[in-house]
Amino acid sequence: MAFIETVNLSQKADDRYILQNINLAIEKGEVFALIGATGAGKTTLLRLLNLIDTPASGKIYFDGMDTAQSARSRLEMRRRMAFVLQKPVVFNRSVFDNVASGLRWRGENKSRLREKVSHILEEVGLLPERNRNARTLSGGEMQRVAIARAMALEPEVLLLDEPTANLDPVSAGRIEELITEVIKHYTTTFVLATHDMALGQRLADRIGVLVNGKLLQVGNSRDVFATPGNRDIARLVGVENIIDGVITSNQDRIVTIDIGGRLIEAISDYAVGRAVSACVRPEDITLALSPVSSSARNSYPGEVTWAVAMGPLTRVEIDCGFPLVVMVTRKSAEEMKLATGRKVFASFKATGVHVIRKN
Amino acid sequence: MTEIWQGLTRALELIFTLDPEVMEIAGRSLTISVTSTILASLICLPLGSLIHFRNFPGKRFLVSIIQTFFSVPTVAIGLFVFVLFSRAGLLGGLDLMFTPAIMVIGQVMLITPVMLGLTISALSGVDKAILDTALSLGASDFQASVVALREARYAVLAAVIMGFGRAISEIGIALMVGGNIKGFTRVITTAISLETSRGDLELAIALGIILISIALVINIILNRVQQR
Repeated sequence: MAFIETVNLSQKADDRYILQNINLAIEKGEVFALIGATGAGKTTLLRLLNLIDTPASGKIYFDGMDTAQSARSRLEMRRRMAFVLQKPVVFNRSVFDNVASGLRWRGENKSRLREKVSHILEEVGLLPERNRNARTLSGGEMQRVAIARAMALEPEVLLLDEPTANLDPVSAGRIEELITEVIKHYTTTFVLATHDMALGQRLADRIGVLVNGKLLQVGNSRDVFATPGNRDIARLVGVENIIDGVITSNQDRIVTIDIGGRLIEAISDYAVGRAVSACVRPEDITLALSPVSSSARNSYPGEVTWAVAMGPLTRVEIDCGFPLVVMVTRKSAEEMKLATGRKVFASFKATGVHVIRKN
Repeated sequence: MTEIWQGLTRALELIFTLDPEVMEIAGRSLTISVTSTILASLICLPLGSLIHFRNFPGKRFLVSIIQTFFSVPTVAIGLFVFVLFSRAGLLGGLDLMFTPAIMVIGQVMLITPVMLGLTISALSGVDKAILDTALSLGASDFQASVVALREARYAVLAAVIMGFGRAISEIGIALMVGGNIKGFTRVITTAISLETSRGDLELAIALGIILISIALVINIILNRVQQR
């Protein structure tokens, strides 16, 4: 049995399911990311795993034990974990007292407590602020207090809910760095909830995708990123081009998908006649001003309908009989003078297309 | 008019010379009311947490009942305690009639609703996330409610001070079940009442000034606390 396991776990609020039949197994020492849009049920699941709430139905096993037990033994299990809530709330006390709270509740002796708390404060860079009232800290500092407060407990499981949401990019970067350090140096099992696919991919070994309270796909982060299981997951992991069509031929797994007259070649096992969606990541599409003969099987003439700079990249929307979103570097966008009305050729490889069943 | 002026100057004299009788009565008032307030706090803080954090049928109704008793007349409590503890009463065997102890019991009954109600509303002001955070860090239910009370400490303190203010200024209970026995159950309010009716204004005024001073100090503390 895995370290943390849920069996048909469901949760209801006002007679509406917010989690439905979640079957999840997280191994000891693993970094597991729960990805999902706001309202998908990530927080609800974390609260259940932390044993703060009780499920409407289903089971949670922690370290081989059924967690549906007396309040006393649930508290003992809860004390082996720590949970950093999405909204970083601090107690209206000093930074030191905040970080010391969990240890005090566990009856840690004074000198050990002092030592541990000072060590953690040093680690998160808050030692100089230890006597300050935590309420006077900035958002990023409060989040660091929240993480330090959890880390001080040396938990076997650390649950993090959107640890970098609501923070400015610099603070978010610091928090991510801090989490990365903890992941590297401790053997803690991590369960991380985030709507940020890229963050999940950077930090996690495996990813579970929650959509509307259902766990739709679980896999290592590269697989979920490259081969999303359905349309909702594809959207979530940043696939912007999801084109519906029907398979018209399949020869040795090279399929042709008819998308209203135009054809896309891709690699797939689906049989002829199947309605599918072709997923193409915007960064896998190249643009050129003249037709190029390359290994890219799919090439379409089109016209730029919109181009906008996004940091180092430029996002270009093209109409080539069907809409395509393409990401190019800012430099090449300037060189090709990509602007509305510009005629271009968009091409992508058959291997760059991920085919999913249309739902 | 001269009578009042004379009374006032004489009263100030009594206060500033620390007249033994005045000091004794004021001291007894404080002792009894502080004791009542401590006992009521010991009841109200845990009970208030319990009512606030537990969900049970009739919770709203219970809170309404508590709020109704905020302004229960002191003589009504006095009557209730009298009936309960008089010779023929249910607790008559305890033989507590006309003792400081029964005054404390009466005052606890009087101020418990106010303190309980204000404790509950103080806790309602605490962000739910504070409680979740405490639980997630491994606090037991008890430890988590201590956290909530500590977060709401100023509002809780205001509840306690409010209770004390009501206890020290009441007269119904002190008179009906305390009996105003000189040197034993005579407190500021009963003494003022008695001395005024006897025409001994100077002692009454001196005690009145002390009572108002106590009320003033309480109000200053309360204001300070609520401004935090």
